[in-house]
Amino acid sequence: MSTWFGCGKKGNAWYLRLMAMAICTFFYWGNAIAQTPEEVLARVREKLEKVNDYEASGKMRTNVIFIKAPVASVKVYFKKPNRLKIKNESGISFIPKGSVNMNLNNIFLGDAGYDIIDMGKEAGTGFRIIKLLPKEDNSDVVLSTLYIDEAQSLIRRAKTTTKENGTYELDMKYGKYAEFGLADKVIFSFNTKDYKLPKGVTFDYDDGEQKETDKLKGKKGRVEIVYTSYTINKGVSDQVFQ
Amino acid sequence: MPPVIEVKDLTKNFKDIRAVDNLSFSVPAGEVYGFLGQNGAGKSTTIRMLATLIKPSAGEIRLFGLDLQRHRKEILRQVGAIIERPDLYKYLTGLENLRIFAAMSGIRPTTGKLMDQLEMVGLAERAHSKVKTYSQGMKQRLGIATALVHDPQLIILDEPVNGLDPQGIADIRNLILHLSKGLKKTVLVSSHLLSEIELIADSMLIIDRGKKLVEGKVNELFDPSETLVEVKTTDDAAIWDKLSTSSWKDDLQPRRSDRIVLKLYRSRVPEFMKALVEMDAGILSLNTRHSLEDYFLSLTSGQQHVDAFKD
Amino acid sequence: MWTLLKIELFKIFKRSRTYIAFGAITAIILLIQVALKFDGKSYIDLLMNNLKDSFDLTDDLKVKILNGYLICFVILNTLLIQMPLLVALVAGDSIAGEANMGTLRLSLTRPVSRTQYMLVKFAAATIYTLALLIWMALLALFGSMLIFGVNDMVVFRSDGIEQIPVFDVLWRYLAAFGFAAVALTTVSSLAFFLSVFAENSIGPIIATMSIVIVFTILSEMNIPIYDNTIKPYLFTSHMVAWKGFFYVKADADGATIPGSIENLRAIMKSLGILIAYTIVFTGSAVWVFNKKDILS
Repeated sequence: MSTWFGCGKKGNAWYLRLMAMAICTFFYWGNAIAQTPEEVLARVREKLEKVNDYEASGKMRTNVIFIKAPVASVKVYFKKPNRLKIKNESGISFIPKGSVNMNLNNIFLGDAGYDIIDMGKEAGTGFRIIKLLPKEDNSDVVLSTLYIDEAQSLIRRAKTTTKENGTYELDMKYGKYAEFGLADKVIFSFNTKDYKLPKGVTFDYDDGEQKETDKLKGKKGRVEIVYTSYTINKGVSDQVFQ
Repeated sequence: MPPVIEVKDLTKNFKDIRAVDNLSFSVPAGEVYGFLGQNGAGKSTTIRMLATLIKPSAGEIRLFGLDLQRHRKEILRQVGAIIERPDLYKYLTGLENLRIFAAMSGIRPTTGKLMDQLEMVGLAERAHSKVKTYSQGMKQRLGIATALVHDPQLIILDEPVNGLDPQGIADIRNLILHLSKGLKKTVLVSSHLLSEIELIADSMLIIDRGKKLVEGKVNELFDPSETLVEVKTTDDAAIWDKLSTSSWKDDLQPRRSDRIVLKLYRSRVPEFMKALVEMDAGILSLNTRHSLEDYFLSLTSGQQHVDAFKD
Repeated sequence: MWTLLKIELFKIFKRSRTYIAFGAITAIILLIQVALKFDGKSYIDLLMNNLKDSFDLTDDLKVKILNGYLICFVILNTLLIQMPLLVALVAGDSIAGEANMGTLRLSLTRPVSRTQYMLVKFAAATIYTLALLIWMALLALFGSMLIFGVNDMVVFRSDGIEQIPVFDVLWRYLAAFGFAAVALTTVSSLAFFLSVFAENSIGPIIATMSIVIVFTILSEMNIPIYDNTIKPYLFTSHMVAWKGFFYVKADADGATIPGSIENLRAIMKSLGILIAYTIVFTGSAVWVFNKKDILS
């Protein structure tokens, strides 16, 4: 661009160089300074709005301290505005309650809107931190904290507190479906209750090894889905969500 | 021919009780050997030691010239035994029982041969019936068949005619005689039916309280023309002393506390009575007995039993 | 020896009481299968009660969990408490039953050594145990697979859940049944040992069951004074080690590692202990029997 305006040549090009730099700076700073949190959110929503529905395939890994489960092949179905279902068609998967909140659209639900608190940028990553407090009293979401990649208008992380399902975190990694705001990898962290069954019911085999029982308490559970493909806006039957 | 059974100084203790006490006897080959004694005399214990069911506390047993402890398996191939009543597998048929015990003896006879065995003891028609449907006599006969199925050279029969009717008893008697005289087998028979032993035994052993009383050929120990004379006097001890220093001393039987017993030819009984009178014996009673049972009872310490069966 | 073994097996399987055990196993298994077919959801709800607040427990999920592999596990859990009794029925009758019938003295006058006689008796009792187990495997495992289908197997432990992929289950059951065979043979050897001392089979059967019950209670209770002293040495503590084949390893992210066993060493140790007990019981039985006077 600088070559096109002749900025790199000697003589009278100095003012052209200055203009180019000004334009570059304008766009750069314009983006930065001009983007209010509302604008940032709007851009994010704009991307998300592109998707009416999708059917995705992926591998799901369950990482809960008291569950050992194999990596499962799952299908994830989404339909606007807020229906999301994770299904293991043939096998068994323990799907966390509140997995519907893996749908980022849920954050923006509610006709009453939400209060926005701009927390600035996260050190290290440079992500814009924006808190949303839904105005609607009946909203299940109490508070959402979004870590947004402004340049790509993508939510990289979200921490949401809900009335029904406690607090969960979403961590997104994007790839070829970034233009739709659809992640290649989603890590969904959620609170779990401690697990215990009476030994008189299970008749466990005691192999004599000491178990670290403290480790089992109070840990968050994690479900990680690595998406292999998305079929977007091709229609998803309502029956899937029943 | 050497004896089939040789027992030397056999002893068996059960805690404080000495059931068999230094017993020695031998059973000649090819004979029917009667084994007599009252209940609790030690007969069963002795027979169980011969059959290796009980281990002797001391002494030696040799069968067919071999030490029983060291050559047990080899010896038992030639022995068939019924110890007390022959208890068999009630839920199996007679034929199945016979087949099992034949197999345990190391032989696998055909069904035909097994049926022959059953025919011999009169059970061929009931071969396929379960033993629980058999009468006591039938069980006894099946027991004998199991003892004979592997054609042993020595047969030990403990009370073989228990529970049999007179015909059955006669059949067993004939069988034993056939085994001994016809097939040259050696048969050791213990029985309470002394009349039967009298009819079939060649030799006999009488034991009491684990000890041998007498052993020998039946016709040498017991002559039907002989009789036992039992006499009770006012002073048995004095009369005993006189008799034991007189010509009657060889006829005296082992001393008893309650009477004096002599074995005499019947023809000498009047002479003996005269001798008693000459000795001034105050005779309280004088009886004669002339059967094996009488002989047996005179030897064994069954006072109560004797009184119970006195005329 | 083979002839004697055939005779013993013939005697065992000719008795109608032998089939009581097969009938009992069949009845128990069918009862459990019917109950879980009609109301398995309640059972799953009980097991997953802790999870309902954190996970979506749909009916579809419950149906999948309630598959043949889990049903078999439930059946084994129940049956391996009753099986010792059924095994003791035959083993406890081995010698005492013969003494009671009077056939012992008839048998021991045959040209068979007492050691041989005892080993054949024990072998026959062991074969009977294996026959019972195979019957149980057919009904509990293959029957359940037929009725309930198959899927991943979910094992509910007191402190966690293990999910084993469907392709990784069957070999574990084969190993578990093999282990159970050894465990039940240990009980059989105990009953066999006690049988030598009695002339009536009721005594050894009841004595065996009493010992198994008392030891099982001690094994399951968490009383510190017993935990480090008696418990590790009780054979009942090791009889449940078959479950160890269904405890899997997970990677750092908690994903099941197919083909893995959480603590194979412990299972092998338990196996060794059970085999040692079997050898001691059987060896002692043979030794005592060789010395014994047969008075029955």
